[in-house]
Amino acid sequence: MIKIAILDYGVGNLFSIQTALEKLGVTTIVTSELDTNLEYDGIILPGVGGWKHAVKRIQVNQRILNDYYENNKPILGVCLGMQLFFEKSAEGPGDGLGFFEGEIMLFSNNVKVPHIGWNTLKQNNKDRILDGVEDQSWAYFVHSLYPKPTDSKIISTTTDYGIEFTSMINKNNIFGTQFHPEKSGKAGARILKNFVSVCGNL
Amino acid sequence: MTLSKRIIPCLDVKEGRVVKGEHFVNLKDAGDPVELGSKYRDDGADELVFLDITASPEKRKTVSEMVRNVASKLDIPFTVGGGIGSIEDARNILCSGADKVGINTRAIEKPELITEISERFGRQCCVVAIDAKRNENNMFEVFSYGARKSTGIDAIQWSQEVEKLGAGEILLTSIDRDGTEDGFDVELTKEIVDKVNIPVIASGGCGSMEHFADVFDKTNVDAALAASVFHYNQFDISSLKRFLKENEVLVRI
Repeated sequence: MIKIAILDYGVGNLFSIQTALEKLGVTTIVTSELDTNLEYDGIILPGVGGWKHAVKRIQVNQRILNDYYENNKPILGVCLGMQLFFEKSAEGPGDGLGFFEGEIMLFSNNVKVPHIGWNTLKQNNKDRILDGVEDQSWAYFVHSLYPKPTDSKIISTTTDYGIEFTSMINKNNIFGTQFHPEKSGKAGARILKNFVSVCGNL
Repeated sequence: MTLSKRIIPCLDVKEGRVVKGEHFVNLKDAGDPVELGSKYRDDGADELVFLDITASPEKRKTVSEMVRNVASKLDIPFTVGGGIGSIEDARNILCSGADKVGINTRAIEKPELITEISERFGRQCCVVAIDAKRNENNMFEVFSYGARKSTGIDAIQWSQEVEKLGAGEILLTSIDRDGTEDGFDVELTKEIVDKVNIPVIASGGCGSMEHFADVFDKTNVDAALAASVFHYNQFDISSLKRFLKENEVLVRI
């Protein structure tokens, strides 16, 4: 049985991603503090809440997340969860995990903010996590900020919203999606399934 | 820009049961929010809105049960509105699995609730519903309590105010058009859409596929919501989306 931890920053809807994983036969553990004594097959940083609040909650888990990152164990960050992979955000003070160099930027005023709705994923790299997902698949977004990684090699997909922004990143077994796979119909379900396979193969 | 326009069916729910929607002969239980929601999802709905009209003291419990059932089956986003008056009400619904909460009357009476919800859970999950009606001075006036009570508030100013307070989206209903099947109120929708920089959902008055095309063509609105045309199966969402695509509206198919 694959065991995946979902990190709880204390706000909002974790139920959707949890049930989506459970439908794939995964055992989920929703926790605000990751347990060093437990061996998770993967960790999910979900996409609810604000930066300022989440960076506080991430501090107590920083050591174990670093350990997963350095040992190349699977982590999936969704929306805010992916933004936490970077150091700084225009949304507020506090340090993210700093796995990747780059910035979290706010959309400019020439588009409506938040970016809400279904938009398409233009694939740059054919990652394992995109297996079976067609180029230009629709995904559901709801966010005001987006990542701008320094290293363009980690960009898996981009999306057009006034500018072409990074909507998915991947390096080794670290994956991030700016959209919500748990709300993105068939394409999203496939991406979650692919992540679960990555977790199962280690 | 490749962001699609959204088509959103609205379902009225009382005591955990859908009130309208009994017109789908092929559904086993058209009163079940999950079954009806799944049908709309399969037809291509981009999102769902559930308006909870339960008035019993058990409201909080029945709504969270319904939200949990819907969230465990549906893989598209949904909003729940109706009687949300506190941060605890919002938390109850969001933590049960809803993506957004819709507030209306309580936002007018207690505008700081908008800020509280948006600071706590993120502005993206705070939808402010505005019911507007032309008054004798030709002003669009905000009404509360299910469009029954006039407030004297100018709808355009109120929409800008809710944006400042932290609303992530506006669900705009034309009281003049609601139930008429004469089409969306293009004038009202355009006025508001052009004055705010957050997404707006148009609602009220839809009676045909042309009405959807019209509001998307004449305004920069982001989504359109309807209830009866879908519930009474006048047309289904997949035909509507094909029609919109032929009319050069960007939709998710």
